[in-house]
Amino acid sequence: MSHLDLLTFARGSALNWALMLFVAGIGLRLFEILGLGRKADLARPRTITPGSGWRTIAMRSLPAEGMLKRDPVTYIGGYVFHFGLLVTIFFFAPHIEFFRSITSLVWPGLPTALIDASVVAAIVALGVLLAHRLNNPVKRMLSGIGDYVAWGATLLPLLTGYLAYHHLLTEYTLMLALHLFSIELLLVLLPFTKLFHTFSLFISRWYNGDWFASKGVAS
Amino acid sequence: MSATLAKGISAFKEVIDAPIASFFSSCVHCGLCAEACLFYTETSEAKYTPIHKLEPLRRIWKQEYTLLGMLGKMLGLSKPVTDAELAEWEPLVYDSCTLCGRCSMVCPVGNDITYMIRKMREGMAASGHAPEDMIAATTRAINIGSPMGVKWPAVQAQIRHVQADTGIDVPVEREGADYLVVMSSMEIINFPEYLSALSRIFKQAGVSWTLAQDAFEATNSGIQIGASDLAREIVSRIVVAAERLKVKCVISPECGHAFTALRWEGPNLMGRPYGFEVKHILEVLDELQKAGKLKTSGKDKRPLTYHDPCQIARRGGVVEQPRRLLSEIAADFREMSDAGVMNWCCGGGGGVSAITRAEPLRLQAFKIKKRQIEATGVQTLITACANCRIVLEEGIEHNHMKVEVIGLTELLAQYLVEESTP
Repeated sequence: MSHLDLLTFARGSALNWALMLFVAGIGLRLFEILGLGRKADLARPRTITPGSGWRTIAMRSLPAEGMLKRDPVTYIGGYVFHFGLLVTIFFFAPHIEFFRSITSLVWPGLPTALIDASVVAAIVALGVLLAHRLNNPVKRMLSGIGDYVAWGATLLPLLTGYLAYHHLLTEYTLMLALHLFSIELLLVLLPFTKLFHTFSLFISRWYNGDWFASKGVAS
Repeated sequence: MSATLAKGISAFKEVIDAPIASFFSSCVHCGLCAEACLFYTETSEAKYTPIHKLEPLRRIWKQEYTLLGMLGKMLGLSKPVTDAELAEWEPLVYDSCTLCGRCSMVCPVGNDITYMIRKMREGMAASGHAPEDMIAATTRAINIGSPMGVKWPAVQAQIRHVQADTGIDVPVEREGADYLVVMSSMEIINFPEYLSALSRIFKQAGVSWTLAQDAFEATNSGIQIGASDLAREIVSRIVVAAERLKVKCVISPECGHAFTALRWEGPNLMGRPYGFEVKHILEVLDELQKAGKLKTSGKDKRPLTYHDPCQIARRGGVVEQPRRLLSEIAADFREMSDAGVMNWCCGGGGGVSAITRAEPLRLQAFKIKKRQIEATGVQTLITACANCRIVLEEGIEHNHMKVEVIGLTELLAQYLVEESTP
């Protein structure tokens, strides 16, 4: 199989299968969570604040009072990684073209130099966060094989994308195929690893905000 | 009650709901919850990381409520939860968690870890892995009526003292009163000044209130140990008395978890909304002051600060009321660092103060409170929870600090303008 054949496969059936498993996996996981339901709260709320769950969804992205100082590596590393990753996924022109092909939606991209910097920043942040995970006794204790698999599955698309764009390490067509395979691996793993927080954190934050608000506290 | 591992596992399965499933699904193992927990910050022991305390419950969730987990269990690939493991986890779930809720405020993915610990205790108690001291307190609460073994004659003796000291008639079993007052054992035994202060304030404000013979105890060990059936029995005493006496509102005393039990968990334990309101005493005093019915004269000149009880502030939403009340009677009020909803626990909530073996850990965790108090430079500490008060006093004594702890209701009563009875 030539590099071109490999790329064709990565762009074709492999991508379709990965997307199908991704969508089915997300659907299954959401059903596993929401299907359990929750009992209605019979305690009279202190105040009626219907937007509180949404407020916490937004506000929980900021560190709680005094927390940034307690663990700056996790917060700053986390921000740099997530920001770099999101900018790269959604504002790199070839990615926008991919999204256009499946959704017909188009939005303006960012200069490639900025995307390049975002990728490097995200990769460096991932490295720092891994070192922190290995050195911090709490994080090390909490970490299992799933944490390291998730870390690797997140790094690979960034790394292969960077190498492909800069024509480094191996021939471009092969690296682009590897980039696509790494994305497909990420798509398949996402629903079944901690990477699922991409979706479930909206549910968690909503519950948190809703409960606290019923007691009169903005969380 | 006979407790077995099977009952514990069954209770674990029963408490898992959509919020718990979303919380476990969302955890990224960042460990930031540890930085919010005084048992970790003051010991640096990783095992006190809040989310780690839930590990057995997490595995039950995964094995029972996720497809991959179920497959793993069928193939014998998953680690079952055992009696030995739950025994190992007992000190993590009880001794080193005050259910203070601070971790739930900082978790980046929004996990309400405290909610999960409260639920996990249901399985721990059902499996026989609750601390002996808490079992004894709960047994007393069920059999005698109070976790400290206080009976109605002890309250009657208090009433007689109050009447002798103040000349005020303490109403008992008065049908149609606006408010039913309940107390904590700690107030009846250790801080009798609460009832005296309340009697004087209510007389001045013209409040219609009553005590009930069969529902004087507000605390609820069933909530702390994690036995909802017992918690229901305990809370139902107050609900039945409130309905019998046709009161409009039940006043939860200066006690943190009593407020949680009565205000937030009570209707859910009873399976129906109340036909009356539940307010913390600070809410009632604040309302009286706003209505111009609580008249005070003069201000306390001592520098003083306020300790926010977790269940009243962070888990109860009563934050501004004590500050408004204090602004009327304190000339030099100094706010603590992290005050309000991010305040640090006294270290003895959630039943921890009842666990004898937890005392050394509790005193170690008190170091954060010590630093907070010392930074304000005060020698007078005000609070609104009798349990916090006794835990704070023990910590202060242990550390040879010169700080006096006073209940806010009691302090208010000291500055009350009392008009003579016409």
